[in-house]
Amino acid sequence: MSTLRVPEPVPSVADDCEQLRKAFKGWGTNEKLIISILGHRNAAQRKLIMQTYAETYGEDLLKALDRELTNDFERLVVLWTLDPAERDAYLANEATKRWTSSNQVLMEIACTRSPQRLLLARQAYHARYKKSLEEDVAHHTTGDFRKLLVPLVSSYRYDGDEVNMTLAKAEAKILHEKISEKAYSHEDLIRILATRSKAQVNATLNHYKNEFGNDINKDLKTDPKDEFLAILRATVKCLTRPEKYFEKVLRLAINRQGTDEGALTRVVATRAEVNMKFISEEYQRRNSVPLDRAIVKDTTGDYEKMLLALIGHAEA
Amino acid sequence: MRILIRSCSVIVSMFFRFAGHGVDERTLITVLGKSHPEKRKSFRKATPHFFKEDERSFERWDDHRIKLLKQEFMRFKNAVVLWAMHPWERDARLMKESLTEGPDSYNVLIEVACTRSSEELLGARRAYHSLFDHSIEEEVASHVHDPERKLLVALVSAYRYEGSNLKEDIAKSEAKILLNAIKSSEKKTQDEEVIRILATRSKPHLKAVYKDYQEISGSTLDEDLKCDLRLQETVQCLCTPERYFSQVLDLALRTDSDKSTKKALTRVIVTRADVDVKEIDEEFNKLYGVPLSKKIEDTANGNYKDFLLTLIAKGD
Repeated sequence: MSTLRVPEPVPSVADDCEQLRKAFKGWGTNEKLIISILGHRNAAQRKLIMQTYAETYGEDLLKALDRELTNDFERLVVLWTLDPAERDAYLANEATKRWTSSNQVLMEIACTRSPQRLLLARQAYHARYKKSLEEDVAHHTTGDFRKLLVPLVSSYRYDGDEVNMTLAKAEAKILHEKISEKAYSHEDLIRILATRSKAQVNATLNHYKNEFGNDINKDLKTDPKDEFLAILRATVKCLTRPEKYFEKVLRLAINRQGTDEGALTRVVATRAEVNMKFISEEYQRRNSVPLDRAIVKDTTGDYEKMLLALIGHAEA
Repeated sequence: MRILIRSCSVIVSMFFRFAGHGVDERTLITVLGKSHPEKRKSFRKATPHFFKEDERSFERWDDHRIKLLKQEFMRFKNAVVLWAMHPWERDARLMKESLTEGPDSYNVLIEVACTRSSEELLGARRAYHSLFDHSIEEEVASHVHDPERKLLVALVSAYRYEGSNLKEDIAKSEAKILLNAIKSSEKKTQDEEVIRILATRSKPHLKAVYKDYQEISGSTLDEDLKCDLRLQETVQCLCTPERYFSQVLDLALRTDSDKSTKKALTRVIVTRADVDVKEIDEEFNKLYGVPLSKKIEDTANGNYKDFLLTLIAKGD
């Protein structure tokens, strides 16, 4: 569920654009105003604002934001304002580049988005980068990671609830076999995780636990330092319990020495309108402290305020 | 009696053109329809390869011949049903059939995955969800075995960039990669780089790679892939589709081809009628010295023939 708070009634698009324009004028920028508007509009509204702003002032709103804002706050606002499909395309492209490469982000986008959303991201990728997502991922990854990531980003999973229990039993057996043989990048293992519908994967993993006693992720933890195993475990989590996956990302981002703003920004910007509420609840359950308090403790300034706005923190 | 024998041979040649394609309904109606019982009896007696003398004193149809005859009657119906279908459903059903029929029909999978535009293939994948409650990639991954599995899964999952933007230097280096893979590796269908290039790059890019390959190798890419049928088909479908279709049609129009080869006539004409059947006609003429339409005129029969010719002429 979304944590975004949109005022009712929502101001007209023209008003929003005018206010934003005011926020950019003169020396310095009125960040509070920007947060109060963009931090409280959903994707459809933000799209209209971007269109109208461009028509009225002849400038791309994102360019204006890039010019006026800086650092973590800027990245959060820009990522947030983007259309979700373009945002995913942007993050995925970044994750294939050398200095910002991240197998985790690619897997995260491929596995936590609905099949339809992943498709839209791939279309946005064509439009923006004049290449396909899979060709970039294939070109910039190697070995086992490529074997896993290319099918993940190319998948267009069936999105129904129908589950075949016989198949679940058979595939749980295959998974167990391959894991026992330490054949973690075996084709069958990857094919099951990368092509089956989420409902089917869930059924298979439930059966795995019933039949073999352990959660599959426990059996995949044989070498805590192995990065491929880590991404396999994360894949499983993203497919079956995304709120738990995101809670962990947030926990690690906040708890580490300093803060991993990149991860924090990414999770909040990409999930605020999707299932941030569940992630928030999961965070509180796991850390015994509400997410907003943890954010207040760990971040400052406009960056902090924007994060709080997006997770639905009511202003005092 | 002479008239009788002449009519028999007319019927035999017109009706039982198992060597041909389709059935000449007009002649059947005029010759067979009007015949008397004694005429038909003499006809049955005079055609021992269609009717056998049964021990209980009657001439019975050979079962195998009935089956073949049924196929010939069905060609028109199959063409009409396929033609009326939404292209997405058409492609989804063709792919499903190919999977069910097994390895000898996998060329159809390759054909659909590689000759359709990105949006058409996507549509086929959607239709597949609706029709079969699974994604095409999960079915291909679980039903196809090595060495073809990797290639086919990758091909059906592709969502290629469709613009003309391409990087010449990358095309050149990928042509080299292919040349090396072909020279050295035995199991080319499993070679990671070969699959990556063929399954993820855009078609304009691949056409450039094809050209570059010819320059550095002296022969064309598909010639050099002669011993790996699937890869050869893949390259032909991606880089020289009109030529590929012409070759398929030529085989389909031969009298001694088997059932599934002949089915290609309906499949190719129906699926390309709205796309590039004119170009295929020209290429066919170039390769075989006779226009496709003339070849069909000479080889096919009845309503089936008329239907095919109408589809080809549509573009005029």
